[in-house]
Amino acid sequence: MILKTKLRGKVYEFGSLREVMGKANEEKSGDKLAGVGAASVEERVAAKAVLSHITLKDLYETPAVPYEQDEVTRIIIDAVDPIVYAGIKNWTVSELREWILDTATTGEMIRTVSAGLTSEMVSAVCKLMTNLDLVYAAKKLRVHAHCNTTIGKEGTFSSRLQPNHTTDDPKGILASTMEGLSLGCGDAVIGINPVDDSVESVTRLLNSLTDLKNKWEIPTQISVLAHVTTQMEAVEKFGAPTDCLFQSIAGSQKGNEAFGLTAQMLDDGYAMMVEKSTAAGPNYLYFETGQGSELSSDAHNGWDQLTMEARCYGFAKRYHPFLVNTVVGFIGPEYLYDSKQVTRAGLEDHFMGKLTGIPMGCDACYTNHMKADQNDIENLATLLVAAGCNYVMGVPQGDDCMLMYQCTGFHEAAALREAFGLRPIKEFDEWLEKMGFSKDGKLTPLAGDASVFLA
Amino acid sequence: MVSEKELKDIIAQVLSEMNVAAPAEKAAPAAACACEVEDGFIEDVAIIDIKKQYLVENPVARDAFYELKQYAPCRLGIGKAGARYKTLPVLEFRAAHAAAQDAVFKDVDPEVVEGLGLFSVQTQCDCKDTYLTRPDLGRVLSDEAVAEIKSKCKMNPTVQIYVSDGLSSASIAANVKDVLPAILQGLKSYGIDAGTPFFVKYGRVGAMDQISEITGADVTCVLIGERPGLITAESMSAYLAYKATVGMPEARRTVVSNIHKDGTIPAEAGAHIADVIKKILDAKASGTDLKL
Repeated sequence: MILKTKLRGKVYEFGSLREVMGKANEEKSGDKLAGVGAASVEERVAAKAVLSHITLKDLYETPAVPYEQDEVTRIIIDAVDPIVYAGIKNWTVSELREWILDTATTGEMIRTVSAGLTSEMVSAVCKLMTNLDLVYAAKKLRVHAHCNTTIGKEGTFSSRLQPNHTTDDPKGILASTMEGLSLGCGDAVIGINPVDDSVESVTRLLNSLTDLKNKWEIPTQISVLAHVTTQMEAVEKFGAPTDCLFQSIAGSQKGNEAFGLTAQMLDDGYAMMVEKSTAAGPNYLYFETGQGSELSSDAHNGWDQLTMEARCYGFAKRYHPFLVNTVVGFIGPEYLYDSKQVTRAGLEDHFMGKLTGIPMGCDACYTNHMKADQNDIENLATLLVAAGCNYVMGVPQGDDCMLMYQCTGFHEAAALREAFGLRPIKEFDEWLEKMGFSKDGKLTPLAGDASVFLA
Repeated sequence: MVSEKELKDIIAQVLSEMNVAAPAEKAAPAAACACEVEDGFIEDVAIIDIKKQYLVENPVARDAFYELKQYAPCRLGIGKAGARYKTLPVLEFRAAHAAAQDAVFKDVDPEVVEGLGLFSVQTQCDCKDTYLTRPDLGRVLSDEAVAEIKSKCKMNPTVQIYVSDGLSSASIAANVKDVLPAILQGLKSYGIDAGTPFFVKYGRVGAMDQISEITGADVTCVLIGERPGLITAESMSAYLAYKATVGMPEARRTVVSNIHKDGTIPAEAGAHIADVIKKILDAKASGTDLKL
């Protein structure tokens, strides 16, 4: 392992692989805040040059948090297929990058090799990719998952309908849900972030949305995004109808502890869903992530936010999730400063998730204290669709009145499907046609009229 | 390539479908000022009540959905143009986002601070960019600020109130002139002694801990701008703590949030905050240690 290089004769020497990994990132305010980013543009390039010669074996042997200290590391390392790993361990990061990009390398082949990768390798190769590389490579990687319906199939593009409400008012939530459905949103999941995350409230919301789903025979999934243990209690105590369990996850044990989470809780949740889910499965979990969350809970162990994010995906893979999305611009400008950084992070996260082998979507979003606007987020959504992203969010005109941030609106998924010749999940597409909201993959004049559900 | 003849035919067809007669002759613009400028205003897109707005064309059950959407504070019933938005909602959204961005990125006008009778100090942030990317520096006062507070403020008051921009300069301009006098009036009626108020530029909530240590106040209260949403950019919060110290748990803060003209009305908020201060003093506790 060589940790030195020269740029035009100027020597750049790095103290550790961890330091190289931090400095080889594209610029992110969060890496600066953590003190792990490059001090100059040239140093960034020098770190990339050094990283390109690092072997996968070096990365395997340098997990961001030691194996003995961290259950996320143990889950990632224990999942590595030793035979696949033995075949690639002498590859450099540059060789892995070029192999992924090679025309002769299919998605199937990448999925096979993925079984031999650790999250540190996934993060490393991502750092050497340009934005178009991230689109081009991810496009090869289709990752399907099935709950009530199958997400991620070639030719489809889905959306989560997110009918959040400032007071969880059931009527207000129904109004949002109906309008979203009428515009073709919600084939990935109808998922609400509750204000009141008590067991009673979660049960009430699950029942209300499930009633709507059953009454109109909507082929989709329902999720209420409370803590996993609360959702499990709702199932256990009140028999709440639950298709899939949600949880926010982090890339280290300490980060998960900040979410009040252990791997055991998810093991238990998964086991419960196998037995009691209202959906067919076999994919029952829904995870959200986002670069910077480990730093915000001082759980990054001196590593860069990209690597910690990659480790979320390595952790998520254990649970065969149905949905995983990064909430890429939610955390604020101290982690992702502007539209350029958010765009980069969105493409990185989608690529890393797919390379890890999970069915990746993205909440392309921004807060009002970031230097970004709706045009930027429409750009990112468009790039994500080009990259084959499974789904984005849908909220009324992109304005989430409860979480006080902006993301993609109800109209975005439909417009992107038309622009790229894509369709919703087949059963949902047929349901939209049956309801008269779409015809041959395009919205009809009736689309957007939520009063259809009240006539 | 489309020939000129074909192009004319296409235009004629489109116009006939739109029920517009094709002009026989192309009328040349007569002069530079041919368009008459009329008096009047285009509708103010920033003040439209989104609950009352219903732009869906020919809905099958208009009244039923209009009634249902009254329960949601979000942008519903907005119709569409193809698979995109109509023009008006796009303009409304942009107007709301513009207010939010200006509230974050513009500084509080020094005249507003002077008008409130406050002197101004700064944290270790040198500019807005530093403020937004270095929350740690927004929690620590500059050396000059420490000296100025020590020299200008009454030491060891029962209550130290101060104002800080936080993430919304607009909230300071909109609310403090009503909230601050109401708090002081309320404290006076309880016979509680308040220290010298001032303004902290580029401040995070945590700066109150250092300020509490400097002034030695029993209760420290900061009025600070909240991160703007699209519904309002003028929302302000009050954070209060009993004998705050640097490094104390966040759970020791009591918060009164959502102070703006469409939320908790500023003058009422001021009276409420004075009550909360009284309770904190009586209980000698704040945050989760205090049952309100």
